[in-house]
Amino acid sequence: MDFKDYYKIMGVERDATQDEIKRAYRKLARKYHPDVSKESDAEIRFKEVGEAYEALKDPEKRAAYDQLGANWKAGQDFNPPPDWDAGFEFSGGGFTGGDSAAYSDFFESLFGRGGAQGFRSAAGGGYSSGHSGAYGGGFQSRGEDHHAKVIIDLEDAYQGASRSITLQSPELDSSGHVVTKKRTLNVKIPKGVKQGQRIRLSGQGSAGIGGGPAGDLYLEIEFKPHSIYHVDGHDVYIDLPITPWEAALGASVKVPTPDGKVDMKIQPNTPSGRKMRLKGRGIPGSGSSGQGPGDLYVVPQITIPPADNEAAKELYKKMQQELDYNPRSRLGV
Amino acid sequence: MSHKIMNNELLTGLLLDEQCQLSLNDLSRACSSSAEWVIELVEQGAIEPIGQQQAQWRFHSSSLQRARTAMRLQRDLGVNLAGVALALDLLDEISTLRAHLQKTSRFDE
Repeated sequence: MDFKDYYKIMGVERDATQDEIKRAYRKLARKYHPDVSKESDAEIRFKEVGEAYEALKDPEKRAAYDQLGANWKAGQDFNPPPDWDAGFEFSGGGFTGGDSAAYSDFFESLFGRGGAQGFRSAAGGGYSSGHSGAYGGGFQSRGEDHHAKVIIDLEDAYQGASRSITLQSPELDSSGHVVTKKRTLNVKIPKGVKQGQRIRLSGQGSAGIGGGPAGDLYLEIEFKPHSIYHVDGHDVYIDLPITPWEAALGASVKVPTPDGKVDMKIQPNTPSGRKMRLKGRGIPGSGSSGQGPGDLYVVPQITIPPADNEAAKELYKKMQQELDYNPRSRLGV
Repeated sequence: MSHKIMNNELLTGLLLDEQCQLSLNDLSRACSSSAEWVIELVEQGAIEPIGQQQAQWRFHSSSLQRARTAMRLQRDLGVNLAGVALALDLLDEISTLRAHLQKTSRFDE
């Protein structure tokens, strides 16, 4: 198990005041919040900062952590010394999220798991559930909804696919202990899904309590970044390299699409960057919505052949001599 | 300790696409929040219901994304709902600008 330097993670000195720690946490939490930050490791950093704060904000936990000494280095192999926590009583000051499973082994070895974790069973109060008539024979509640992300290829949105996803959720076993339950679901990815859309699977969330109905599972669709296509809503973009003579004289060229190759006509005198639309070749419409398919936009990029041999150089020289062309005339030079 | 359940059945869910609308109940449950909380989001203008009467409110499926982001910002950063509404608008603007930037900067590569 790796030692974690919570002070270093928070960017504070070991003798920082509780107020300094709180300020550092708030700043870092804003910086790395996965909804706000675009840094690739934001989610990991956010959890790390949350864990460090969890340990340092509570004077009891902090004192216990400090007792391990200042000589430990982050990443160093660590095992808690026996009885290291003798004399400390953790009052289990609330885990922030319902997300304690996200804390590291290091944290759990020091402060335990569970504790104040609690089970947030029913979806927080209010008149949300609407089965008030059910209370007569004991407590009954609908299970919580769950959320997960499923990453697909752009091609899957064109053809439809199925994905097997494994979900982990903490549940209580018959003896009342928290166990991590893993389950694998095969889910149909319908043709025409778009980035950010969700698929709702009724009854695949948490089990209900006291015979209440199970919650739902929401799967958020995310496209794996593609090496050649770029997606915007239901439209798809591709940069298409073309030669100067194809651009100048016009041509018929092959263009890849997520649905297979197509032939496309390039008009004479096509400049770089002028979008050409292949109607209906974007992401297909999804069955129920009645919305038509998106379009595929082909963006030509003129690439010039290198003048790396005599013949090529001759051709460029010939153009230089015979073409009266100043690309900078609009700049007045 | 972990239990593993395999299920080979192919599940077909409901795609929440442009036509799909969610009820106040759907939305509050999907955010593990109360209906009152969702109503407050509406009052802040963070999400917009379709329909006049609260009892008939329906929500565009894109509201789910916004409401869940709102829930996380409030829970994790202690932002109040007015601040959440502002953050959501700014995040939208940033993502529009980023998409635009990505499209134009590809030509410079």
